[in-house]
Amino acid sequence: MEFFQGLLNMSGASFAQHMVNGISLGSLYALIAIGYTMVYGILLMINFAHGDIVMMACYFAYFGITIFHVPWYFTFIGVIVATALLGAVIERMAYRPLRDAPKNSVLISAIGASFLLENLANYLFSGRPMSFPDIPLLSQNIAVGSIKIQAISLVIPVITVISLLVLLHIVNHTKTGMAMRAVSKDYEIARVMGINIDNIISMTFIIGSALAAIGAIMWGIRYPGITPYLGVMPGLKCFIAAVIGGIGNIKGAVLGGFILGLGEILIVAFFPELSGYRDAFAFIVLIIILFYRPTGILGERTTEKV
Amino acid sequence: MKNKRDLILSAILLIVLFCVSWFVNGELDSYIRRIVNLCLIYAIIGLSMNVTNGFTGQFSLGQAGFMAIGAYTVGIFTVPVELRANVFYAVPMNPLIAGIQMPVWLALIVGGLLAALVAFLICTPVLRLRGDYLAIATLGFSEIIRICITNASSFTNGALGIKDIPPLNDVRYIFVVTAITFAFIAALINSSYGRAFKAIREDEIAAEAMGINLYKHKCLAFMISAFFAGIGGGLYGALLGTVDPKNFLFTLTYNFLLIIVLGGMGSITGSMLGAVIVTAGLEYLRIFDEPLEIFGTMIPLFRPGLRMVMFSALLMACVLFWRHGIMGTREITWSKLIAFCKNPLGFFKRKGASQ
Repeated sequence: MEFFQGLLNMSGASFAQHMVNGISLGSLYALIAIGYTMVYGILLMINFAHGDIVMMACYFAYFGITIFHVPWYFTFIGVIVATALLGAVIERMAYRPLRDAPKNSVLISAIGASFLLENLANYLFSGRPMSFPDIPLLSQNIAVGSIKIQAISLVIPVITVISLLVLLHIVNHTKTGMAMRAVSKDYEIARVMGINIDNIISMTFIIGSALAAIGAIMWGIRYPGITPYLGVMPGLKCFIAAVIGGIGNIKGAVLGGFILGLGEILIVAFFPELSGYRDAFAFIVLIIILFYRPTGILGERTTEKV
Repeated sequence: MKNKRDLILSAILLIVLFCVSWFVNGELDSYIRRIVNLCLIYAIIGLSMNVTNGFTGQFSLGQAGFMAIGAYTVGIFTVPVELRANVFYAVPMNPLIAGIQMPVWLALIVGGLLAALVAFLICTPVLRLRGDYLAIATLGFSEIIRICITNASSFTNGALGIKDIPPLNDVRYIFVVTAITFAFIAALINSSYGRAFKAIREDEIAAEAMGINLYKHKCLAFMISAFFAGIGGGLYGALLGTVDPKNFLFTLTYNFLLIIVLGGMGSITGSMLGAVIVTAGLEYLRIFDEPLEIFGTMIPLFRPGLRMVMFSALLMACVLFWRHGIMGTREITWSKLIAFCKNPLGFFKRKGASQ
């Protein structure tokens, strides 16, 4: 009975507080998960370095604002551009040479790229945690009724929805988006049809990384401690979110992000005894999903052919 | 005839190497002994990882978790009973295990068996997956193991870790364990099980059509791999003299990934070579972490962290430009060595011609 004490003691106000936290965390997961799902949809590989791209974006923002004193709105635009470029560079260096290699080699290369980024950050920026620049406008607390909410918690879902709408427009209504969908449906045929595969893949990485940068900025404002290993856990969890929703499916990634973010916050809120296992939650969900519905909630069922 | 010759040669090599390990143990300082021991331990774990990743073709990243199980078993059961109150000062040790003390060899075996048991429990959900999914699920399990260890304070002392493990910096001991592991895995790979593993690696569907029970063989490979990873982890814990959940982050697995990629996925002798090169290399790269002065000027590039940058760049370079590693799936065998000794130049020529 004691175990459920947290559940019984919860008042409406604190429940609302947890919901807000959960939704904002879920939105962040969703933004980052989109990058995983887009790359997986096209290249059928986990971009292990995606979490570390998030980490690099946080450092870019730190350098822009804290070191070079650029106004935050300009910095954020710069961060998004720089991160998008970084994503394209990683694709060019680590993945393109292995386009026709066995899948395991690509996987190792992805792990290597992620490990290299972490170690580079550790070497260049030192392993000491740095604090993300404080932007009073976004980090102030707003009182809504009896609960206090950080402004950024309300901004995050809005930005996520806007980014998602822009992305869906690109994917569904532009030529590039059409090419992306074609490449993810059938790589070979798309190539035969005259689509420049390399450009489309670069474009995918650019869009995914730009979204990751947006996620990273908001992540930094919400959880302002930057370390070289900051991206590892969110990276893994966002990949899991993409798997939960059905990998390759953008809406699925968003859905998975919200399930994971809300689930994580609410489990800790209801059962404080389990807070030590918070990071294990995502992996347990992953294993359950893979066991019962390997293609995720919104994914199409496929069968292995000879 | 040939088998007999190989057996005799192997026995001679073993005896020679054992004498060498005796010499290293007695004559050289503890720093060199430590590096040699680390090479041997990494070889054990590299070999164990090669069983699943190289021979069976199942890309698993769970090695750090299995190592943690082995290391903690050794840690928990070999700390002398009278010292335990000191080690477990925050949360007292669970009375169930507080009175049990084991010699190291027994703790190693128990640790290996526990790791194999965990592997058996998770192989049902995990082995239905392939490729990337398998990698991320095993990585997830290795993190779950670590998180459980961090939280089960009355057994594992939680985040504080276990100190005062009787140190085991004895090259002979670790050499014998490595030799047994090597012999076992070599015998396994050359048996019908090993051929089944390789068949699964080449083509799962064809292997199944040939009557190989996929689940059974994959699970077996997974358990054997976990067993030896547990033993290697136990030795690792005993070598360090202290275990801590932070030692077993999944990035630890990347060391062994580099070993098997460099040595050749699917080559036993390759794993041994890879382990020696990576471990010794990582030690000697330490000079890059220290400030370097040439002719009175400081070279600004040299500062802590450069070693790991080079290490990860090596992993990248290896997979980008040298995908098959040193050995590929080939092995160093006695026949090849003899052919090489007889005619060093012709050996490579002949091989080139046959390719």
